[in-house]
Amino acid sequence: MGRTFVGMPPFPVAARTALADSQLRRNLAHATGTIRGKRAGAVAELEDWEDLGAQAAAVKDRTLAHLDEHLVALEEALSARGATVHWARDAADACAVVADVARRHGIDEVVKVKSMATQEIGLNEALAEQGIAAWETDLAELIVQLGDDLPSHILVPAIHRNRAEIRDIFRTRMAAAGRPAPDDLTDDPAALAAAARLHLREKFLSARMAVSGANFAVAETGTLVVVESEGNGRMCLTLPDVLVSVVGIEKVVPTWRDLDLFLRLLPRSSTGERMNPYTSMWTGVTPGDGPQEVHVVLLDNGRTRALADEYARQALRCIRCSACLNVCPVYERVGGHAYGSVYPGPIGAIINPLLRGVGQDPQVDALPYASTLCGACGDVCPVAIDIPGVLVHLRTAVVDAHRSDTRPTAEALAVRAAAWTLGDARRLALAEKAAGGAGRVRRGRGMPGGRGAVSWLPFAGSRWTGARDLPLPPRESFRAWWRRGGGTEEGRR
Amino acid sequence: MSTRDDVLAAVRAALGPDRPLEVAVDRTYRDRDPLPPGADVVDLFAERVADYRATVTRCSPGDVEAAVAAALGAATRVVVPDALWLDVPRCVPDHGLSAAELDAVDAVVTRATLGIAETGTVVLDHGPGQGRRAITLVPDLHVCVVAADQVVAGVVDAVAALNPTRPQTWISGPSATSDIELDRVEGVHGPRRLHVVLVTG
Ligand code: SF4
Repeated sequence: MGRTFVGMPPFPVAARTALADSQLRRNLAHATGTIRGKRAGAVAELEDWEDLGAQAAAVKDRTLAHLDEHLVALEEALSARGATVHWARDAADACAVVADVARRHGIDEVVKVKSMATQEIGLNEALAEQGIAAWETDLAELIVQLGDDLPSHILVPAIHRNRAEIRDIFRTRMAAAGRPAPDDLTDDPAALAAAARLHLREKFLSARMAVSGANFAVAETGTLVVVESEGNGRMCLTLPDVLVSVVGIEKVVPTWRDLDLFLRLLPRSSTGERMNPYTSMWTGVTPGDGPQEVHVVLLDNGRTRALADEYARQALRCIRCSACLNVCPVYERVGGHAYGSVYPGPIGAIINPLLRGVGQDPQVDALPYASTLCGACGDVCPVAIDIPGVLVHLRTAVVDAHRSDTRPTAEALAVRAAAWTLGDARRLALAEKAAGGAGRVRRGRGMPGGRGAVSWLPFAGSRWTGARDLPLPPRESFRAWWRRGGGTEEGRR
Repeated sequence: MSTRDDVLAAVRAALGPDRPLEVAVDRTYRDRDPLPPGADVVDLFAERVADYRATVTRCSPGDVEAAVAAALGAATRVVVPDALWLDVPRCVPDHGLSAAELDAVDAVVTRATLGIAETGTVVLDHGPGQGRRAITLVPDLHVCVVAADQVVAGVVDAVAALNPTRPQTWISGPSATSDIELDRVEGVHGPRRLHVVLVTG
């Protein structure tokens, strides 16, 4: 247990390995195809879908513009309802709070509700170092944890595993973590779910402390909301005495009634259902019902860095529905691991650089380039985040961050060469002739729209054509056509 | 400085002295009918609850106890909350049963706070007749009695009607997962069967 993304190679390297895994690609194509179909049906049912998204975006933008005030209000409301509020600047702060609560109660085992924030801060590994075992209870998280694997999707972290692989993981790994899988376990999804139910029930019934995240935190009332399917969330939020919720500061919404937008958008956009099976809401401590000691950790961990970017702060609207992953042609082919973060796909390509900053880690700096800018992610986003726009914005930021580097990057060299060619009429004419010639020789694959394509160029150029087709240049360059009198009636014929 | 001051100072620094202009939120979505034209709220509720592979039975006020007894089938131990006001066979009142004791119970019968037609959802705020959260979670069968006049059209109406200081559980069908190849399977940790008794007339 406890693999992390630390030390992952940058996207282009990791993607190459992933692309070679045909099983992975089959699993992903099947899963993302299924969810896309379901989602389209659920979204089509609401005629005002676009407007709901626009209003949800407006609510989020308003909230972010006064985030400090809403956070203070949230803290007050929570405290008034008997919850203890903690603030965490970074992962270390947040993990320390959780470990501290466990230690004060002499607890060495906690159950966990699936939560992106706790994955982001590496909570399980931090707790393990303190001798505290953290058990994931979401089925997909359980598969990842037992398989000593890494999550590859926001909603379905084990999306890269098929049923046969899951059966093998349960058969070989469950016993070491608690109740073993039944001997006659098959790869029928219902049987696999039943095995998880038995395995985890023991843990739910005896757990004294749970750790969760929250999908929303209502400033006005102090209400936290967790949206889920399996009931593992309800188990964790209800049965133990002590509950600690780690909540990113961007999860706050001002009023209770604002939920009437998000509870309509999230399930339909996420799992393609009218509503997810279970939504739990709790406001501090309710005497005689549920945990009697409630902690909330308000987590920054880079969110204020993202907030400082006036254009890109729209990424903080994200409600983690994962729709952008499911429509992304890049994600569908390489899967989530190649992004080297718990946030993969298009949202990962923008949120990681925003949370962590650019110019320090080549792995992070490569992410804004892990996209074809096809725009599918921005179209599908229920809170109208212009993901392609933010990607381009971040590419600029990455380039700016490297301006003072002593060794130029490959891109910089290529652009410099292009500038040299384009900057002089004679050199350009030569290059056009050469390119036109190459086009005649290697008219191979076609491009959309019936255009020819160059699929091979000699070195330097091959760095490009190794991975992409270069649109075929016209047989005659604009400059040659112009010289020939192309601008006149005569020449046009 | 405390971590609280640090985080709040970082938020203020990020926003800078000139806060972005107020963004207006247009709330007209609240006035729109969320249901297909001509749909009957109660019929649609029943239909959409059933879409999740939950069972729905309709009955008149006089037949509620019979409908509940039928829904319970062979369940031998049935936990009931205070103020249910129904005669339930083989019932075990909830006097603070432990989680392990609840695990030995087959079923639970409750009322609800409201139902939502748009989504086929039942909402419990765990007040009288509904019991604390654990009793509707651990047993394998949940029989939930909903009166027709408790059904609202949409999520907007539900949020407006609910009391945020109450703990709430929104239930849309039995527990389910799509974590294996995104293939939906009913029945993981919560009740594997949900039976809604809809009282009309
Ligand atoms: S960026 Fe938009 S589409 Fe992607 S996960 Fe977030 S809310 Fe969903």
